[in-house]
Amino acid sequence: MLETKGLTSFYGDFQALFGIDVRVDKNEVVSLIGSNGAGKTTTMRTITGLIDCDTTMVLWNGQAIGHLRADQIAKLGIAMVPEGRQLFPSLSVEENLKIGAQNKRAGFWTLKRVYDLFPVLGERRRQGATTLSGGQQQMVAIGRALMSNPEIILFDEISLGLAPIIINQIYDALPDIIDNGLSALIVEQDISRALSIAKRCYCLSEGKITLTGSTDSISRDDVSQAYFGKI
Amino acid sequence: MVWINAIVQGILLGGLYALFAAGLSLIFGIMRLVNIAHGDFIVLAAFLGLVVTSTLNMHPLTSLIIVVPAMAVVGYLLQYLVLNRTMGDDILPPLLVTFGLSVILQNSLLEVFSADPQKLNAGNLETASLSLGSLNIGILPLLMFTVAVAVIASLQWLFYHTALGRAFRATSDNADIAQLMGLNKKHIFSMAMALSLAVVAIAGIFLGTRTSFDPASGPTRLIFGFEAVIIGGLCNLWGTLFGGIILGVAQGIGAQINPGWQQLSGHIVFLLVLAIKPNGLFPRVSH
Repeated sequence: MLETKGLTSFYGDFQALFGIDVRVDKNEVVSLIGSNGAGKTTTMRTITGLIDCDTTMVLWNGQAIGHLRADQIAKLGIAMVPEGRQLFPSLSVEENLKIGAQNKRAGFWTLKRVYDLFPVLGERRRQGATTLSGGQQQMVAIGRALMSNPEIILFDEISLGLAPIIINQIYDALPDIIDNGLSALIVEQDISRALSIAKRCYCLSEGKITLTGSTDSISRDDVSQAYFGKI
Repeated sequence: MVWINAIVQGILLGGLYALFAAGLSLIFGIMRLVNIAHGDFIVLAAFLGLVVTSTLNMHPLTSLIIVVPAMAVVGYLLQYLVLNRTMGDDILPPLLVTFGLSVILQNSLLEVFSADPQKLNAGNLETASLSLGSLNIGILPLLMFTVAVAVIASLQWLFYHTALGRAFRATSDNADIAQLMGLNKKHIFSMAMALSLAVVAIAGIFLGTRTSFDPASGPTRLIFGFEAVIIGGLCNLWGTLFGGIILGVAQGIGAQINPGWQQLSGHIVFLLVLAIKPNGLFPRVSH
């Protein structure tokens, strides 16, 4: 469904990605792991159109979409939960959720269903979004992405900076979210989480894919070798 | 009594200054763009009003039906075709481009309309007044003030109760993430400029009915607008209205002391506010 082919990306003269091939099929959860600076966030920002790339480097259901603007890509049904939540501080919780529905894609997710999934958000819907705790903000960020009724969600550093108990809550909610016919590409620092939630996994190092395969067949040793190179 | 009169007239004049300032405050709030040509657009709107009133034989207030949408279209196209190309992390390019626009506008108006002062003729409305005891309140200034309050209230409503307003605030907070929500940044910015110039159109028509104007009148209006915005606190529309009123009252009192002090006293109050409360009297509180 979503595919990148030979994806490259540059920050000025610095090349961040050297030909990334990633594929996520329908109803599939795929994780993307790698150390800091490996290019995970850059990959996601390029897929969502925040960073420019060549037309044919990103394919959506076989169509080349690399040239589209971020808002056009969002309308196709590709949503992102960005690293560090990035909620809109001058909007309330409910307004942050409503703006997720801005592109008017109809579907399962409504305000009510998001509040059913995360009841605490319903209680705090009038509050400024950034007055919530980190975990609750992450719930808003996930809810905001769901409100666009996407076909795939890219989760960037889903558990970064959150308390373990909150991480558990969010991971408990994920199967419900994905059962509703969604696909997901998940960036996660916690390797065991990344391997347990996903069917397949890609490991990135210095802008290249160093390991890929089904999460059942990948051992921790393979991952550590892909992370740090051969020792 | 003369002092009360000066204050009341100052408050009413403040409404006009708030109209000058509202559009400026709006686009600065949404896209951190300082429009140096803002004053010249006010004058452009006044000249547009002049053309409409004289060719269609309309009352200046009726001409708003044409001038407001026309200026909104100008604003949309200006932002979409020109200013969006200059937007980025650096605030200098849009500043320089609008400075250039200011020069172009002034000279084009000079070429077309000559340097003669012009005025919009509002007939009886210009002299009609309401007497309250020993105070005489002009209907036109009162109307201007009422319209200013209505404009600020509508903008405030639009910002906090509509999808467009939500999009404005989200884009202002973080334009990249707003794009991920399916908002086209360029379109949102252009809508903001359209709205700004729609308010400018109202300001221009009232300016033209209140005083005479010529192609070089713009920069002074820009300064009054800026001062009202800064006094009131950036990105706070009601603050902008109060800023306009404070500026108007300061000028009224100054003029009462000595007619030559009218503008000076306004500038002094502005400098005092800047020295004592650099963020303005009513800085925006986060939501």
